[in-house]
Amino acid sequence: MKRAYYSALAIVGNHDDAMELSQQAFLRAYNNFSKFDPERKFFTWYYKILRNLCLNFIRDNKNKHYFIEGIEYKDESDIQSELERNEAIEKVKWALNQLEHSDREIIMLKEFENYSYKEIAEMLDIPLGSVMSKLFYARKKLANKMK
Amino acid sequence: MNVMKEREIYLFELALEGELNTDEQNEFNQLLETNPQLKMDYEEQKKIKGVLMNMSLKNPGKEFWDGYWLNIYNRIERGIAWILISISAIIIAGYGIYEAITNLLADTNIPGFMKILIIVFVISLAILIFSLIREKLASSKKDKYREIQR
Repeated sequence: MKRAYYSALAIVGNHDDAMELSQQAFLRAYNNFSKFDPERKFFTWYYKILRNLCLNFIRDNKNKHYFIEGIEYKDESDIQSELERNEAIEKVKWALNQLEHSDREIIMLKEFENYSYKEIAEMLDIPLGSVMSKLFYARKKLANKMK
Repeated sequence: MNVMKEREIYLFELALEGELNTDEQNEFNQLLETNPQLKMDYEEQKKIKGVLMNMSLKNPGKEFWDGYWLNIYNRIERGIAWILISISAIIIAGYGIYEAITNLLADTNIPGFMKILIIVFVISLAILIFSLIREKLASSKKDKYREIQR
C-alpha cells in the first residue's frame, strides 16, 4: 500500500493525485485479477497498471505543471541547519522537476524508494544492464541540473 | 556525452552501491586511474547519491493510511452496487417494454399503423441507447499506453 502510493507520488508528483491513482490502480488490479500470473510478483504487475494510469493522467493533464512535493530529510537531527536542509531539498526538487519523466522515475525508484536494480528491471520490464545505464545517465543529468 | 561501455557502467553502479568484490574493485580502480572523466563522474555521482540518501518521501501520516484501504473497499462496494443496479434496471426496463408492447398489440382501440409506429419508435430508442452506451464503453477502454511496458 505504501509502496503503491509512493510509486505514484514519484511519477505524478503530488499527494492527492498519487492517492487517487494508486487507489484506482488497486481497483483495476482487482477487476483484472484473472490476468495476473501467480508466478510473478504482484507488485511488479500492479506497478505496470499504476504506471500506465499515471502516464495517462500526465498525458490528459498536460497543463498541470509537475512538481514533486513531499520530500523531507530522513534525519532532522542532522548537523545541518534547517535552512541548509530546506535549501538542499528545494534544489533537489527543482532539479528533479527539470528532468524527463523516465529519468525522474528511475531516480525515484532507486534513490527514494530503494528498489534493487533487479526489482527495477522487473518493474520497468527492461534488462538489468539497461537499468544501470539509465540510472547512470539520469543521475548525471540530475547532477548537471544541480550545478 | 561520453558514451560508456556496459562493463564500466556496471562497475560504476556497484561502486556507488558499495557492492564491488575485490577483483571488481581493482578493475574499477584501474579504470578510474586511466579515465579522468570517469573519475570526475564518479566523484560527482557519489556526492549526488549522498545528498539523495539523506532524503525520503514524506509519510502522509497514520490517519491517511487508516483511510486508504477503507476508500478502496468503498469504491469496490460501490462498483458492485452499480453493476447490480444496472443489471436490474435493464431487466425491469426489458420487462416493462415487453408488457407495454404486449398490451399495445392487444389493444383493439389503437389503429394498426399507430401500433407499428410506436413499436418502431421504441426499437429505435433502444438501438440509440445501446449505441451510446457501447461508444462510451469503447472510449473509456482506449488506453494510449496500454501496450507500453517500458
